[in-house]
Amino acid sequence: MWTYLARRILQTIPVLFGISVITFVLIYYLPADPARMYAGPSATVATVARIRHELGLDQPLWVQYADYMGRVLHGDLGFSYRKQIDVTTLILTRIPYTLALICGGVFVELAIGLPVGIASAVARGRLADRLGMILALLGVSAPPFWLGLLLLYWFGYVVPIFPLGGTGTPLHLVLPALTAGLGGAAWYARMMRSSALDILSTDYVRTARAKGLSQFLVVLKHMLPNALNPIITMAGMDIPWFIGGVVLVEQVFDWPGLGRLAVEAIETVDVPLILGTVIVTALAVVISGIIIDVVQALVDPRIRHGR
Amino acid sequence: MSDAHPGRILPGWASSKMEISNLKPPSPEGPVLLAEGLSTPVQITYRALVWRRLKRDRTAMIGAVLVVFLTLIAVFAPVLAPHDPSDQFRDGLTPDGEPIPSTLLHGSLRFPLGTDANGRDLLSRILYGARVSLIVGVLANSLAVALGTIIGSVAGYFGGFLETILMRFTDIMMAFPTLLLAMTLVAILKPSMWIIIVVIGAVYWTWIARVVYGQVVTLREREFMIASRALGAGRLYILVRHILPQLVPTIIVWGTLGIATNVMLEASLSYLGIGVQPPTPSWGGMIQEAQSYYRTAPWMVIFPGLAIMLTVFAFNLLGDGLRDALDPTQVGKL
Repeated sequence: MWTYLARRILQTIPVLFGISVITFVLIYYLPADPARMYAGPSATVATVARIRHELGLDQPLWVQYADYMGRVLHGDLGFSYRKQIDVTTLILTRIPYTLALICGGVFVELAIGLPVGIASAVARGRLADRLGMILALLGVSAPPFWLGLLLLYWFGYVVPIFPLGGTGTPLHLVLPALTAGLGGAAWYARMMRSSALDILSTDYVRTARAKGLSQFLVVLKHMLPNALNPIITMAGMDIPWFIGGVVLVEQVFDWPGLGRLAVEAIETVDVPLILGTVIVTALAVVISGIIIDVVQALVDPRIRHGR
Repeated sequence: MSDAHPGRILPGWASSKMEISNLKPPSPEGPVLLAEGLSTPVQITYRALVWRRLKRDRTAMIGAVLVVFLTLIAVFAPVLAPHDPSDQFRDGLTPDGEPIPSTLLHGSLRFPLGTDANGRDLLSRILYGARVSLIVGVLANSLAVALGTIIGSVAGYFGGFLETILMRFTDIMMAFPTLLLAMTLVAILKPSMWIIIVVIGAVYWTWIARVVYGQVVTLREREFMIASRALGAGRLYILVRHILPQLVPTIIVWGTLGIATNVMLEASLSYLGIGVQPPTPSWGGMIQEAQSYYRTAPWMVIFPGLAIMLTVFAFNLLGDGLRDALDPTQVGKL
């Protein structure tokens, strides 16, 4: 297990390196001039030139990159000109909010998606199955920001159960988490159903039934452990999309997480902040990928022995 | 399409086929498929079989009809729309300057879905919005499918150094959160419809490349590849004549399902204000404009969102149906 984990972590190093290079090169060609942003609109050309030199922006691309990465490896993501604050500090204050939203969203995805998928598979072809699957396909097709606004309208305004955005209490998390998770729940329901159907038609399930095992036990003991495997793989592929969805949810609910920070950074062309948020979220994607793989290896011994 | 081709297979990709001869049951008269549930076995080509399965799949046909319907709306928006989408009507706002709800409520066809905060007709804007959604969805996805197919098949077929470079690059691109990468790219390149098409194509190809790569790697080792090499076929010839035709089902499925994803991506970018810029009506942009009015004028949110959902739903239905119909493992099912 430990060698597997070590190998998996080593594999991510070139990926992280590639991510940082691509992001840096992209930002380097940004048409806006960061020195001018830093100096402000009223600064003289001489001041801007001095600041450009001080920030090292007159250096060649690779020197700037090496310089930046040197600092990133020490945990320093630079300084936001716009917000006049350390990027690392800024990102660290936002991470708990995004993490709470992600946990809530994933909970909604799994708590709704998996049972619906299993129920649909067991009731294959019946009305409940069809209805469930049509709802799931609609759920997959609904834009999350639209779902969020509808939830706000119905459960925040018309029937004022939940607060209209903001943070503070667990109640504030309910609507954003639902918004972040409903689309994924629909997706998992579809995946779980097809995965479960594959398992339900295997010989060992037939054997289990033939020896008189109840439907419940067949599903719990024989189907579930095997059907979960492809679902975990899917979860790994879903991460980059899920994090993108979180950006939208944060925008709808004015949730002070990383996603809103990224949108603000892009809107105000705050270069160090754009770099910081992109690198940190990409790192999050990579780490989640490792976690998913480890979970999968724990569930499926074939993987951890490299077979 | 004719189903009667006794002993013969239609030319084109359908005949260069999904290993029809490997599928049971074998027949002395050549590669044919047996249709279950018929008293006498009929010979039927793969292409005919796919078409037949698709026609019988009710949900896929609903998807197809919706796709045609949406395309017609986009093409004939100027004819169908009751007003110009950017006209601001004085009677489109209440005396207090608020957007008005559907005039159908009191029997008038003036603003069937109500107006927006500028007194513009919502229905006309939604009809015109179909243009942006479909153009971006279809073109961006064509770009993504083309890139993904080329990169995936080249990496998978040639192997070696090219494979390592291309697939590592794919991995890196996939580690970026999709929406965030698209946002950054659009912001750097300045938002416009064409930029958005290119950016969505540039972030979405990775998924197709992965799938195509996986298929080509397994194809590479098959007997008919070795046979073709033995007969003296060049690598490029094999890639174009033997590998690409096998990828057609994948390309069709992703070419449809991907449109759904890309319509959603465009709407999301426009919602964030980094998409298609006003005054061009786009559904995502309309929802962004509606955000500050969702309490007093919920229709401004509801209808553009329904339009997005319907479009994504239609392409999802059709894509799912195509995937089932093209699946060679489901031979018996007609």
